[in-house]
Amino acid sequence: MRLELRESPPIWLAGMAPILAVGAALVLCAGLIAWTGESVLEAYALLVKGAVGSRFALAETLTRATPLILTGLAAAVAFRAKLWNIGGEGQLYMGALAATWLGTGALDLPAFLLIPVLLIAGALAGGAVLVVPALIKNKLRVDEVVTTLLLNFIILLFVNYLLEGPLKDPMSLGWPQAAPIIDEGLLPKILEKSRLHLGLIIALLAALAIWLVMRFTVWGFEIKAVGLNARGAAFSGINVNGTIIRTALISGGLAGIAGVGEVIGLKGYLTLDLSPGFGYTGIAVAMLAQLHPIGVVVSAFFLAGIYVGADSMGRAVNIPTYLADVLVASSVLCVLVSVMLVRFRIRRG
Amino acid sequence: MSAVLRLENITKRFGSLVANDSVSLSLARGEVLALLGENGAGKTTLMNILFGHYVADEGHVEVEGEALPPGAPHAAIAAGIGMVHQHFTLADNLTVLDNVVLGTESLWRPWQSRAAARSRLDAMSSEYGLTVDPDARVGDLSVGERQRVEILKALYRDARILIMDEPTAVLTPQETEGLFDTLRRLVERGLSIIFISHKLNEILAICDRVMVLRRGKIVHEMPTEGADRHILAEAMVGHAVTRPKADPMAPGDAVLSIRDVSLRSATGGVGLNAVNLQVRAHEVLGIAGVSGNGQVQLAELISGLSRPDEGSLTLFGETLTHPTPAKVVKLGVGRIPEDRHAEGVIGEMSIWENMISEDLRASPISRHGLIDHSAAKARTEAQIERFDVRCPGPDAETRLLSGGNMQKLILARALSREPGLVLANQPARGLDEGAIAYVHGQLLAARERGAGVLLITEDLEELLALSDRVAVIYHGRVSATMDAKTVSPRELGLMMAGHNPQTGPQGPDNAGAAA
Repeated sequence: MRLELRESPPIWLAGMAPILAVGAALVLCAGLIAWTGESVLEAYALLVKGAVGSRFALAETLTRATPLILTGLAAAVAFRAKLWNIGGEGQLYMGALAATWLGTGALDLPAFLLIPVLLIAGALAGGAVLVVPALIKNKLRVDEVVTTLLLNFIILLFVNYLLEGPLKDPMSLGWPQAAPIIDEGLLPKILEKSRLHLGLIIALLAALAIWLVMRFTVWGFEIKAVGLNARGAAFSGINVNGTIIRTALISGGLAGIAGVGEVIGLKGYLTLDLSPGFGYTGIAVAMLAQLHPIGVVVSAFFLAGIYVGADSMGRAVNIPTYLADVLVASSVLCVLVSVMLVRFRIRRG
Repeated sequence: MSAVLRLENITKRFGSLVANDSVSLSLARGEVLALLGENGAGKTTLMNILFGHYVADEGHVEVEGEALPPGAPHAAIAAGIGMVHQHFTLADNLTVLDNVVLGTESLWRPWQSRAAARSRLDAMSSEYGLTVDPDARVGDLSVGERQRVEILKALYRDARILIMDEPTAVLTPQETEGLFDTLRRLVERGLSIIFISHKLNEILAICDRVMVLRRGKIVHEMPTEGADRHILAEAMVGHAVTRPKADPMAPGDAVLSIRDVSLRSATGGVGLNAVNLQVRAHEVLGIAGVSGNGQVQLAELISGLSRPDEGSLTLFGETLTHPTPAKVVKLGVGRIPEDRHAEGVIGEMSIWENMISEDLRASPISRHGLIDHSAAKARTEAQIERFDVRCPGPDAETRLLSGGNMQKLILARALSREPGLVLANQPARGLDEGAIAYVHGQLLAARERGAGVLLITEDLEELLALSDRVAVIYHGRVSATMDAKTVSPRELGLMMAGHNPQTGPQGPDNAGAAA
């Protein structure tokens, strides 16, 4: 068996590939469900119902999708430039920290000013933490996979320290949590009797903006060129190091905004369990979307639906909710395989 | 004569492309058979089928009358087929002996029989005149010596049929002579050789018989005795092609001056050492040299990719202390890089994106950071027309272009802005005759228009056809320039190997300064 490059992959195949891949992942996981002794069809029906089966379920899925869109965009933009940002989780917490610092009373502004200030501050904080590994990559060729990944743990421990010490809310009855965001800093809800907040609109606008940047601007061109062939990009006059830094600011900024949204839209205060790994799941979101900004929105909804649906399924039947992680992981793997099969065909001999 | 190797009706298709169309070939014992053809004619595909890397759709291969199982390189080696690749497949960090033995011994045996291997290697070396120190690290060897190691590697595996893929591409004329002596000796000992090349005079010098491949088919087969260059060239291309030649012209002012430039190589290899050269308007300065002698560093310097450690780089009267590609382009340098795929284009981007990549931040292609797609595509369409780039349209992916069309795209990008200096680094490498004639014509047209051209090439025929003056680069030093009309290829060959024709081997202090 060998792989042969297709000259021009058929368009219908490229479009169908992710859908077929998700189908394959569902079939794979069916085996695991059958192993637990539950009915496969019933389990999947419960999962779908839990994700989109009611107004409440849908609102929960959209709420969960909000940070995933942003961290997914963060990964997608960075990966386009082959800047392997694995630090979305840390950048998210830095954004949350900036919002907590400025939004708990330090700034006394009306809502229409305070909310943008918090978003921008969070974006800057998230961007700043990614610029450091990007600079080290440019100057010393240190692999950013390692540095961004390790920064996650440093930042999480730093947040832990702040929540146990300087930022600890005296009214929290001993829980490690920060003081609540003042009312002017909170994002309004956009659906009654739900947790869905304005952050969703912000995330959708961000996706649209990134799509426009990648398609119509010099910056987007440079990001793509550097990612596809850095030597060729440098030869044609593109400032490769500068492009990497700009990409880092955009990517880290998006992850930072995700953190701000969770604090001022959903929770209202910073805790150490603000994110159940949104930064890491964002990578899966981006891979599933094949790094396309609009695709990120779709795949974020899809993954959020799996997580929310699996929670609800786990309560109804005896299947561990970890199935969601398995489903997500196998979906990503299947999509990667299907992308390869679109580009290559398998030949015998 | 009995055939030691027979290929019968080999057909191989890649999608709609027929790479080999019912090709039959037989090779006699002690024969040197030339396989001549342009890039893409199907030579490499045929040899890959013979060696078991590809499986033919139709046809079969016989060695000494026995069918060779398809798709099995180890069977091909066991049957006595050895291949010397154009790009050597040696481990630089191992010794010659290690490289030769590598892969011949069982993985399950805990010790090596190095003494036996060494004596066998010594015996082979002296028998075939392939002298090379078995304990030298391959990374320290010259290109000619590495090629000898490749041949020894094949012989060590008892090769009776040797396939040589463009073996002279990296050799000086003298090294080529040495290789030919070796090949003659091998043939005397009963080996058979398939010699793949597109250099006609070499084929006429060493081969007994020549087969010409064109578009996957054998179009011509004849003994080399009685053949001449014109017959072969026409058979290869399909029609008569004449490469343009330079008409004499009076040079103008200096457009490029490099004074005492020294530059350390980023990768630790050869850098540049006190280089002086000057290119004037209306002239082509040709730089000859064996690859790896500082050409990369010289091209990077003028492309704006590196900065001199010492000395100065002056373009059009302006001395650049911090050159960048963008600055150099803006000053009026048109650059044709050595490696089209790695440097010249971004293969996965569209043709229009590659066509405008040097003007990305300039009006009318972009304004306020926004790219004007319609302006970019209009310009691309005009260039495609003017430079005759054969492609489906400006939106097609660049990697799908043939080598010649990709080079035309790069020429269009570099030359359409009417640069005052053209840097052409191996501009004809890997192109077919028609494309070579086109590239040479464009370079000479730029010279006529008033540009100075710095031509870096390993191909002496190209060098002497286009250049007004020539110099040789060796170990990071550039020789004094010579008149291209009076210098002989033999003289250049000696200098490319490090000899100074007047004073013997070139020492550290007698490298000449530019005129």
